Amino acid sequence: MRVGRKRPLWHRLHLDPWLLGTLIALVSFGLVVLYSASGMSQGTTMAQAVRMGVALAGALVMAQFSPSVLYRWTPFAYGAGLLMLIAVEVMGDIGMGAQRWLELGPLRFQPSELMKIAMPMMLAAYLHRRPLPPSWKDLVVCGVLVAVPVALIARQPDLGTSLLVACAAVFVILLAGLSWKFILTLAALAGSAMPVLWINMHDYQRQRVLTFLDPESDPLGAGWNIIQSKTAIGSGGIEGKGWGLGTQSQLEFLPERHTDFIGAVLGEEFGLIGMTTILVLYLLLVARGLVMANQAQDTYGRLLAGSIVLTFFIYVFVNVGMVSGILPVVGVPLPLISYGGTSSVTLMAGFGILMSIHTHRRLLNH
Amino acid sequence: MRKRRPAIKDHEREVGMFRRRSLLAAFIIVLMAGGLFSRLVYLQVIEHDVFITRSDNNRMRVEPLPPRRGLIHDRNGKLLAENRPTYNLTIVRERVDDLDQTLARLVDILGLPDDEVARLRERSLQRQRPYQPALLMSDLTEDQIARLAVNRYLLSGVEVEAQLMRYYPDPIVMSHVLGYVGRINEKELAELDPGNYAGTHFIGKTGIESTYESALHGEAGVRKVETNARGRVLRELDREPPDPGEDVTLTIDSRLQHMAYDLLDGRRGAIVAIEPKTGDILAMVSAPGFDINEFVTGISYDDYQALQQDHDLPLFNRAVRGQYPPGSTVKPFEALAALEYGVVKPHDVIYDPGYFQLPNDTRRYHNWLRWGHGRVDMERALEVSNNTYFYTMAYRLGIDRLSSFMHHFGFGEITSLDVQGASAGLMPSREWKRAKYNQVWFPGETLSAGIGQGYFMATPLQLAAATATLANQGHWVRPHLAKRVGEEALEPPFPDTKPDVDMDQEHWWQDVFKGMEAVVSGSEGTARRAGAGLQYDMAAKTGTAQVFSLGQNQKYNADELTERLRDHALFIGFAPVDDPQIALAVIVENAGGGVSGLGRELTDAWLLHEPEREPPDGSTVEEEGESTDGD
Repeated sequence: MRVGRKRPLWHRLHLDPWLLGTLIALVSFGLVVLYSASGMSQGTTMAQAVRMGVALAGALVMAQFSPSVLYRWTPFAYGAGLLMLIAVEVMGDIGMGAQRWLELGPLRFQPSELMKIAMPMMLAAYLHRRPLPPSWKDLVVCGVLVAVPVALIARQPDLGTSLLVACAAVFVILLAGLSWKFILTLAALAGSAMPVLWINMHDYQRQRVLTFLDPESDPLGAGWNIIQSKTAIGSGGIEGKGWGLGTQSQLEFLPERHTDFIGAVLGEEFGLIGMTTILVLYLLLVARGLVMANQAQDTYGRLLAGSIVLTFFIYVFVNVGMVSGILPVVGVPLPLISYGGTSSVTLMAGFGILMSIHTHRRLLNH
Repeated sequence: MRKRRPAIKDHEREVGMFRRRSLLAAFIIVLMAGGLFSRLVYLQVIEHDVFITRSDNNRMRVEPLPPRRGLIHDRNGKLLAENRPTYNLTIVRERVDDLDQTLARLVDILGLPDDEVARLRERSLQRQRPYQPALLMSDLTEDQIARLAVNRYLLSGVEVEAQLMRYYPDPIVMSHVLGYVGRINEKELAELDPGNYAGTHFIGKTGIESTYESALHGEAGVRKVETNARGRVLRELDREPPDPGEDVTLTIDSRLQHMAYDLLDGRRGAIVAIEPKTGDILAMVSAPGFDINEFVTGISYDDYQALQQDHDLPLFNRAVRGQYPPGSTVKPFEALAALEYGVVKPHDVIYDPGYFQLPNDTRRYHNWLRWGHGRVDMERALEVSNNTYFYTMAYRLGIDRLSSFMHHFGFGEITSLDVQGASAGLMPSREWKRAKYNQVWFPGETLSAGIGQGYFMATPLQLAAATATLANQGHWVRPHLAKRVGEEALEPPFPDTKPDVDMDQEHWWQDVFKGMEAVVSGSEGTARRAGAGLQYDMAAKTGTAQVFSLGQNQKYNADELTERLRDHALFIGFAPVDDPQIALAVIVENAGGGVSGLGRELTDAWLLHEPEREPPDGSTVEEEGESTDGD
């Protein structure tokens, strides 16, 4: 490690030019696609641009906090998230039906979004103090830390988010060096549980699972989205139909075209070239993130950074897999491209943490 | 390797572990990204054609452009069938979320009776292929259009479509000539060319509309349009305009047609007038007629039932399908047969005691005048319509020769070129009776046939055609209704025309004509009162067809019979004799007699009044005279 004052300007600003550049490229491309996907709505595009600006600013602010500050705040963030999840649960019981957010004055806040960050922070913080690979006892503690919030989110019900939160936690544990024996045993157990579960299901439940796995068996219902989405992407070809010229999206055959299915608009109007571009940008982001995680100085930073990056890729994979018809339809937006503020803020906060971990360097390890 | 006890963090080991795990993660990420990329290549490169087709099918719709149906004019250019813009309600089932709900809403919005739902539902199913609009209602009112416009958002898949609809300015008088167009039914649907009829809701059902359907219909065009997901047309991408249907000009003279209809004066009957030289059917009336416009918009069930159950059978085209015993109107033809086969000479005299007896038979076949006409030659036999003379001729000819000769004049055959649904009538023969009843022919039946009774049946069109051929001195021209179809004029010779009737001696025609002239001009002529003051030479023959057969010695008393059992009255004639311009046949059901005046008025109208060449605006009929007696 070099002496502090020889560090470049970027490090003193606690920013990473590669990460930031890629992020801005992605966001800009996303706004271009959104303008077309929203039916040339300047209002929608401007609103999204402002949101992304705020989120980016949030990331820059986040990057200023040193990892040690984050480390100290971790139990409070996790505890606050858990309390709010319980609050939502209680209010949901009092109120009517599904509820995912808390009203805090004019703001609506989704505790599950906080959990997306707080969960890997908590596990990383816990494992930071433990010798790795984690012991059985550690795994049990981690299991409890993960299970409670995930169960609460799943009960909202928001299965997609709960799985993503669980995913972020699992990545922390895997990166911490969970033994292969354990991983394989768990996978084998889950695999053998499937048929048992299947046999014990009601017919209508099986039907639901089948429709979930093969939406095209219900072309006018669940399958409509996916058929139209595949048609959009496939008809885009290599070069695409051109910006704003996608018939599937512009003529409204494609549902949710500016939110979850914006990837199909991209595929239709910018073709394979556009899709490859966006995939490459995502991969650059992930690669840079993994490099940064590897350069982290302590366990907390390493595990947290690694988890944030891998979870981000899961978002990408699930969404692109969904719009291209190889994964079931779940409500996961295309990160940084889909219209919507909450998830972008969370993602950007994650990248802020990544930059914080990377740029706050101490001369000594301990 | 792993120590269980000492909980000491091994920094180097952790870093190494993390590095290996993140490398593995990177490797898996690259694999997954590769998976996504291959999926995209599959969709966007390999299966691109499939999806571009799907996407085009999504947004593009090929809509048929129905051709404008050809107009129908009379011989003077008067419009008989036109197209008027109307608004129709159509439905595309594929674009309807819930058919029952939509139909229920429609009924509600338009304020129709509730039981209309079933009918609308049935109609919504009538189309040839998916995404083709089915016709729900035609001829919407302004009010209905407005209501539909307001509620349009509730009615996806339902469209108000502007369409040209058939309209007949002269719906009743022209009913049996024109026929009508109606909604295409399921049976027709199965047989039609789906491409050409994709946007067409109506088809010619009867009459000229049916005969010349393919010419009148034209060729459909198509337009390719882009639609959004809700099926609304956004823009037109391509258009291939339709070929409009060809106009048809009829041989019918509207003025004569009207006059003929009015002369029938509400009685059941038919009149057919033909121009002998050309075979043009100048008038073809079957009375009573019916309002063909009602059939275009869709006649209600009750109204249709009423028409069907009307005792006067307005839907029945008597002129071409009505089979009547021709009665004495066959006598001129029979006279020619007798001359041709040499069984009599024009001036041979037969004595009529008032009846005819077959050899070795006591049964008397009576003349209509009980005490007989005494000495009659051919001319007088025709003039007074003597039965005994023609019983004798029939007996001498025998049924075989009589039947075959009558066939030369088209009896028992369909000779018209384009008259839809024409009947062949019946010219009985020995073979026919054996085939039909498995019975031998009796000589008495020959006598019946000889005065146009018994099995002998002819339609008014056949009688008119035979009379026209007679006027032409045997030259056949097939009677026809269309004068011009599009650019093509229909002129003789027509295909499959019967061979001309050749007589051994040309003057025999004149001999028969002389007798027929005497019918209207002679002192004893059966139509002498109708012939009073004729300004041209006219040849004619009256006839009576028995509806009710009398016993051997019963006397006919018209007053005692109810109207329905009275004899049909017939008249055939042509004029002028030396240059025939018009030949006609008149039949009035249960008239008892006295229809010759109708024939006279029509020939007067045709020969003495210049036909109006310009399409007149109003009706052209001027009434004159009244009917006189027959035989």
